Amino acid sequence: MIRKTVPNVTEALSGVKDNMTLMLGGFGLCGIPENAIAELVKLNTTGLTCISNNAGVDDFGLGLLLQKKQITKMVSSYVGENDEFERQMLSGELDVELIPQGTLAERCRAAQGGFPAFYTPAGYGTEVAEGKETREFNGKMYVLEHAFKADFAFVKAWKGDEAGNLIFKGTARNFNPCMCGAAKITVAEVEELVPAGTLDPDQVHIPGIFVQRIFQGERYEKRIEQRTVRKRE
Amino acid sequence: MLDKNGIAKRIAKELQDGYFVNLGIGIPTLVANYIPEGIEVEFQSENGVLGMGPFPFQGEEDPDIINAGKQTITTMPGASFFDSATSFNMIRGQHVDLTILGAMEVSEDGDIANWKIPGKMVKGMGGAMDLVASAENIIVAMMHTNKAGASKLLKNCSLPLTGVNCVKKVVTNLALLEITEKGFKLLERAPGVSVDDIRNATEGNLIVEGDIPEMKFD
Repeated sequence: MIRKTVPNVTEALSGVKDNMTLMLGGFGLCGIPENAIAELVKLNTTGLTCISNNAGVDDFGLGLLLQKKQITKMVSSYVGENDEFERQMLSGELDVELIPQGTLAERCRAAQGGFPAFYTPAGYGTEVAEGKETREFNGKMYVLEHAFKADFAFVKAWKGDEAGNLIFKGTARNFNPCMCGAAKITVAEVEELVPAGTLDPDQVHIPGIFVQRIFQGERYEKRIEQRTVRKRE
Repeated sequence: MLDKNGIAKRIAKELQDGYFVNLGIGIPTLVANYIPEGIEVEFQSENGVLGMGPFPFQGEEDPDIINAGKQTITTMPGASFFDSATSFNMIRGQHVDLTILGAMEVSEDGDIANWKIPGKMVKGMGGAMDLVASAENIIVAMMHTNKAGASKLLKNCSLPLTGVNCVKKVVTNLALLEITEKGFKLLERAPGVSVDDIRNATEGNLIVEGDIPEMKFD
């Protein structure tokens, strides 16, 4: 068994430097690598390019890095929940690349799987396709999109073992599996780190080969963005 | 004239047994409240769940189980969770039968604009571009006119496009329309709305053939 465990978040993030490109898993605030983000705030790393579906809210998730102006470029599909983000973007302080959500996921997975590029119909005929190669297949138009290149991927799983095998829970899975192995170094944080041999190999979502470092997150706030409930009859 | 729930109710009549359906944020979400009796449909949410159920009871919210609108939800028997790439394989691969989404503008060619107002609102397209580029059947749910009273059914969209030649039907507070090669074909009027009302509120080419029935609700 090849051990991937590191003792804490500080060691998990060793090697993170200014001006790097980072991938961060999560959808909204669901399944975000809370501990890695907290450590990035502490490290005060700047000039970061962050690839993440959303940009957090003003005071949580990637919003914490935006507040401290640590991010110079965001690559996302939807950023509507963050006022500070919108302010920095409209004022030109923050460079933003908005791309379709499926394209974002596939650009991660292409990096993971060694595909340099792929064709997708998403964005054809829109400003997203401007300057990009297009091609017709079977009478339909497609846009060429390229795999991401990133230095670190920070993902969050529910359970993981010493070998870096990961299991996700609910919709907290989202972009996390797609980003594993899609950067030079993948750092997984988990709610529960278990000894090798504990997880049923049949139930593993992401094999440890895609993960270089794994650690147990110290605490998880798991903030709910839109608490919606129904009345009991 | 229909309110938002009325629009959702009319769209729900388009659901067919065995459909996998993706609902956008806003009015489309309400469609789930009006599934016709006797049919089975499953709702897909592009953040990674198929078989989405109603909101949880108070105290049973799970931060790990949300929909694409970031709302806490539940799941139905037979539900599944999956990653974002798999989710968009369902969409791009046309495994999802029907997409219902909101729009700021729709053109008579079936173009849709719903993600950006330059210099004003820049929230991003989320999954909308993937959905409209791939779905075989797209229904738009929206008000017929904007807050300033201007038509949202246009010859050409003025806002940045989300997708081209993709919308099949539009249900508004005034009417049900089908996008045809010649423009917006009026199929049904909302209760109490005349053909002239609809004509006055539609900038794009409106096709009116014969008597236009009023929508019927059970």
